[in-house]
Amino acid sequence: MALKIVESCVNCWACVDVCPSEAISLAGPHFEISASKCTECDGDYAEKQCASICPVEGAILLADGTPANPPGSLTGIPPERLAEAMREIQAR
Amino acid sequence: MELSVLGQNNGGQHSAGGCSSSSCGSTHDQLSHLPENIRAKVQNHPCYSEEAHHYFARMHVAVAPACNIQCHYCNRKYDCANESRPGVVSEVLTPEQAVKKVKAVAAAIPQMSVLGIAGPGDPLANPKRTLDTFRMLSEQAPDIKLCVSTNGLALPECVEELAKHNIDHVTITINCVDPEIGAKIYPWIYWNNKRIRGVKAAKILIEQQQKGLEMLVARGILVKVNSVMIPGVNDEHLKEVSKIVKAKGAFLHNVMPLIAEPEHGTFYGVMGQRSPEPEELQDLQDACAGDMNMMRHCRQCRADAVGMLGEDRGDEFTLDKIESMEIDYEAAMVKRAAIHAAIKEELDEKAAKKERLAGLSVASVQNGTSGRYRPVLMAVATSGGGLINQHFGHATEFLVYEASPSGVRFIGHRRVDQYCVGNDTCGEKESALAGSIRALKGCEAVLCSKIGFEPWSDLETAGIQPNGEHAMEPIEEAVMAVYREMIESGRLENDGALLQAKA
Repeated sequence: MALKIVESCVNCWACVDVCPSEAISLAGPHFEISASKCTECDGDYAEKQCASICPVEGAILLADGTPANPPGSLTGIPPERLAEAMREIQAR
Repeated sequence: MELSVLGQNNGGQHSAGGCSSSSCGSTHDQLSHLPENIRAKVQNHPCYSEEAHHYFARMHVAVAPACNIQCHYCNRKYDCANESRPGVVSEVLTPEQAVKKVKAVAAAIPQMSVLGIAGPGDPLANPKRTLDTFRMLSEQAPDIKLCVSTNGLALPECVEELAKHNIDHVTITINCVDPEIGAKIYPWIYWNNKRIRGVKAAKILIEQQQKGLEMLVARGILVKVNSVMIPGVNDEHLKEVSKIVKAKGAFLHNVMPLIAEPEHGTFYGVMGQRSPEPEELQDLQDACAGDMNMMRHCRQCRADAVGMLGEDRGDEFTLDKIESMEIDYEAAMVKRAAIHAAIKEELDEKAAKKERLAGLSVASVQNGTSGRYRPVLMAVATSGGGLINQHFGHATEFLVYEASPSGVRFIGHRRVDQYCVGNDTCGEKESALAGSIRALKGCEAVLCSKIGFEPWSDLETAGIQPNGEHAMEPIEEAVMAVYREMIESGRLENDGALLQAKA
């Protein structure tokens, strides 16, 4: 039972400050969650704190490997619209 | 004889151009309605005083990466060396690194007067990093003014601490006072350990902003309000925002244009929300100015900007460079005090001279023909000091002034390198000259120290008269002189008659 931060993390520190278990540290190129310390906030908060403040979609994975904040859920940008915009920029 | 209109404009004299008592006349008078103690606080603050920004420098230290809200104009992937806009930085610093950087910059740039913490997230969502930095600086660099900008969500709980650290300037970004509008600007906030969305989130944010504003004012801390103008979303609404924040005691309102390009990856950028045109921004600023002292010289700088407004010398003070710098801060402080005193003397002299000139120059323009001549926008190339002292081709931005029978007033700036000067992925490339000409839309003259032949003829073709005859002259005097020449040549007369006919 632990969450995981992946490489799309932008190292903004927001999750570190709100983690009730002090499970998050800057080890390598991005922040990491200690699997042994992470409690998924069970007993502390109703919502998983790191996942509730993280601004980057897909940067935090739930225990089952799915993103806590899937594409479009934080920015409100429909994923297909984002993909289209990226294609337009590439094509310039 | 009508004398001294510049010094005591009573508004309502314009036939066009939307003049108002609080911002019209010379830009020097922008702050003249403020009590003496407030004026003393902002006279050397480049972000609060239009006049000071020609002379004093500022820096931001990026110690605050975390944020507690999402705005539709912001992308939290903030690391881009080539972009200049709020929320972007190259390296996040620890408080200790930030203090070292401040001392290094203050020693190297004696015009520096102000240190701000502005991100790249929200400073008050990083209370420990932000307040530690302020505490160390108030001890180790007591002559530097400290200021902070915030979205306001965590402001009420931080007011006490801010007051303790001698923060006497706070900027709150307030884009709305209506939660329905707020829901179109802020997709979520992090509040009481939950992510909250929609109208409910906007309502909480607005309440916290207003409460924070009231608490700061009650403590005598100067508050500036920043608002991002988003056409079709909050542009009309900002007039109401301006009224409310002024009534609550904010002393300056800074309405800034939305920056939104698809390549920034922001909601507004990707979804095609447009930015306002310069004239739309000016109209809104003029409309708000009836209620409020407006700021028009904001450069929307990066959260790690260094130097005079409009320039960024951050490259000279990267972590590895400051590491090897030996700083004698005591000596730097003495030098800075001497330089600041000299600037103050120059400003006082300039103010006195302006008082003397004001009546004369305006009287000769006006002389019974008040309201007959339409206002004219002119662009100016300057590298500081309030002078026309920059080559047209060297300008990365132009200051825009409006000349009218009521005097000269500062309107804003136009950037030439629009927000991004990076590689080819950052938008379509156009020639630098074509870009400059587009940026100067609406201006009828451009005053610079020198200009080459090619831009001269292209500018003329575009209806913008280049003028290199006022090199090294004070900006406002030169603008007024060119305006008088325009009147004398009869260029403004017919237009004036047309305007009067319309009215």
